[in-house]
Amino acid sequence: MPPARKVISRETGIEEKEYKWGFVIPVPADVAPKGLSEDIIRLISRKKEEPEWMLEWRLRAYRYWRSLDYVEPKWAKIYHPPIDFQDIVYYAAPLSRDGDRPKTLDDIDPELKRAFDKLGIPLEEQKRLAGVAVDAVLDSVSVATTFQKKLEELGIIFCPISEAIQKHPELVRKYLGSVVPYTDNFYAALNSAVFSDGTFVYVPPGVRCPMDLMTYFRINEAEAGQFERTLIIADRGSYVSYLEGCTAPIRKKHQLHAAVVELIALEDAEIKYSTLQNWYPGDKEGHGGVYNFVTKRGICLGRNSKISWTQVETGSAITWKYPSVILRGDNSVGEFYSVALVNNYQQADTGTKMIHIGKNTRSTIVAKGISAGHGQNTYRGLVKIMPTADGARNFTRCDSLLIGSRCAAHTVPYLEVRNPTARIEHEATTSKISDEQLFYLMSRGISEEEAQYMIVHGFCRGVFQELPFEFAMEVSQLLRVSLEGTVG
Amino acid sequence: MASDGKEPVLVLRGLRAGIGDVEILKGVDLTVHLGEVHAIMGPNGSGKSTLVNVLAGKPDYEVLGGEAIYRGRDLLAMTPDERAREGVFLAFQYPVELPGVRLREFLRAALDAVREHRGLEKLSVRDFNRLVQEKLRQMGMDAEFLKRNVNEGFSGGEKKRHEIMQLLLLDPTLALLDETDSGLDIDALKVVAQGINQFRGPEKAIVLVTHYQRILNYVQPDFVHVLIDGRIVASGGRELAQELEAKGYEWLRQAAEAGRRE
Repeated sequence: MPPARKVISRETGIEEKEYKWGFVIPVPADVAPKGLSEDIIRLISRKKEEPEWMLEWRLRAYRYWRSLDYVEPKWAKIYHPPIDFQDIVYYAAPLSRDGDRPKTLDDIDPELKRAFDKLGIPLEEQKRLAGVAVDAVLDSVSVATTFQKKLEELGIIFCPISEAIQKHPELVRKYLGSVVPYTDNFYAALNSAVFSDGTFVYVPPGVRCPMDLMTYFRINEAEAGQFERTLIIADRGSYVSYLEGCTAPIRKKHQLHAAVVELIALEDAEIKYSTLQNWYPGDKEGHGGVYNFVTKRGICLGRNSKISWTQVETGSAITWKYPSVILRGDNSVGEFYSVALVNNYQQADTGTKMIHIGKNTRSTIVAKGISAGHGQNTYRGLVKIMPTADGARNFTRCDSLLIGSRCAAHTVPYLEVRNPTARIEHEATTSKISDEQLFYLMSRGISEEEAQYMIVHGFCRGVFQELPFEFAMEVSQLLRVSLEGTVG
Repeated sequence: MASDGKEPVLVLRGLRAGIGDVEILKGVDLTVHLGEVHAIMGPNGSGKSTLVNVLAGKPDYEVLGGEAIYRGRDLLAMTPDERAREGVFLAFQYPVELPGVRLREFLRAALDAVREHRGLEKLSVRDFNRLVQEKLRQMGMDAEFLKRNVNEGFSGGEKKRHEIMQLLLLDPTLALLDETDSGLDIDALKVVAQGINQFRGPEKAIVLVTHYQRILNYVQPDFVHVLIDGRIVASGGRELAQELEAKGYEWLRQAAEAGRRE
């Protein structure tokens, strides 16, 4: 563990001990007025120098969203006061020193570079751990993308989505909204109207991406929402591993994060998508923290394709998120490995949907929920076997671990089977950390905190072993921090 | 008890403990010096396991009175992990399984914790591997165990050997062995006894709880105590164990009850 240090947040006076990522990055920014209207959407589109078709798409999404009349989805087991969607800033961008958008790595404000260094995401390529290319997104824009040249040589496109809209419109037009249409849900519609940046990845046929691609998302502005849009296309026979990390400063008010991620895997292609979600969770009394309302979905379009989601969700005041896979191609494979940890007053309603359409499609779901403090943790998962999906198989394992007596775990599995050849297995357990286990470890000289960490880490092992090496170390540290104050 | 004027490592005076309202230990007196092996014998339910678990700090038990002094310090005031770092080790009768916790990580964390407390440097990965594999070999355990989850799927004998393997690895001062012989066949018993004898030495002390005299053929005790109904009712040398083997516990129980009525 790093040595304890006392850092007080400038804005809130809250000690940052519990959340060491909670600092504000002091860079000048270009911030749009609060609120949402067609004018704001035109402004965003203009700032991004977007083609007309993009603006039209945004406006259609916006009109659909308005038609929902601010009625958010209510079916999840989460509680929050109504969100005032006109009290949010929908566009905020850091400026480079000459007041313009940074154009190259050298143009970036040194303050910003230092901040990402502090977050463990150095933007200088020579400083990076070998084997990971990074796209850094601050508030509404991508500020830096590393290793682009090296990837270009292989024909791999890894760039901010705003850049892809201009340079690769044929790919973006074909696939944007093809997996998550803007009519999918309230937050997907909102995102489609106002998304300002995010990452675009295209891996050409037969190419195995030689390094992990990573996007690091950071909310910085006090009243900005973050609405990133990620689109990943793996062409025939290609492979890519994509990592996503997120943090935000400590803020008294809740902040909204509503992202959409779409993955498309063509024949024989594989996409591995790993998330380490560590948005500011709010303080011990449940004040502040990020509302994380995210739509993530992949489609296995081609035969023998594979999409694998691995997520470790420890942050956010509320997490509402169901990374899903549509198994369209025959023999395609969908996987979902998840650890969701709630402490204090955090709420998580998370899980997955596996939609089996193709023949002999297979899916695996391993969900581990840990609840501590007053945390509320819900697993919600759908396994749907369509009549066409002969020989489909699903295995679901869903485990809950409770720490203390004021938290709760809920499991809500949905099964819809319309083909008699399907084979479905579902296992679920709920347990508490046993005194016997704690005593055994402590009787060997291991402190109570460390003993609890070891038991929780062991509980999560089946998911952690799916994480790329880059994330494995960070996860251990994150788990320790998230469990602080749960002993005794 | 022979003391040669040495400081005792453990002194119990009138130790009383129980679970909830049920008093199990009703006043235990015992003095243990370095270099000594004490066998605690007694019928089922006499409080033998309770005694060693209370000394290790198991939270289920409540101390109701008396004291336990370990190397001049109040043992009962320490948390279980402090006791362990100070050199008290309990070999469990029923070691618990730890799903997902690899044996290697567990042993590493335990060894790091006790070494740090003793002011010793952390072992390098290489030295740790060498040490751990040596101890595993001594207990007839394969290095493959390091990749397994702690106690998960271990046979009864493997669990007991694993306990003694940890004893050798962590090298405490006072070993509390809770029915380490129970459920072992004769070959496994010999391996376990060898491990205990290897630990034994002039700077070590052992309190060995057992139901049967059998293990005492391999680990020869300096003292034998009989615990009945939460009290030590008889103490002696090895010959007491043999007498118990021949006569059972009943005569001592009756004598103890008669003694209390007087």
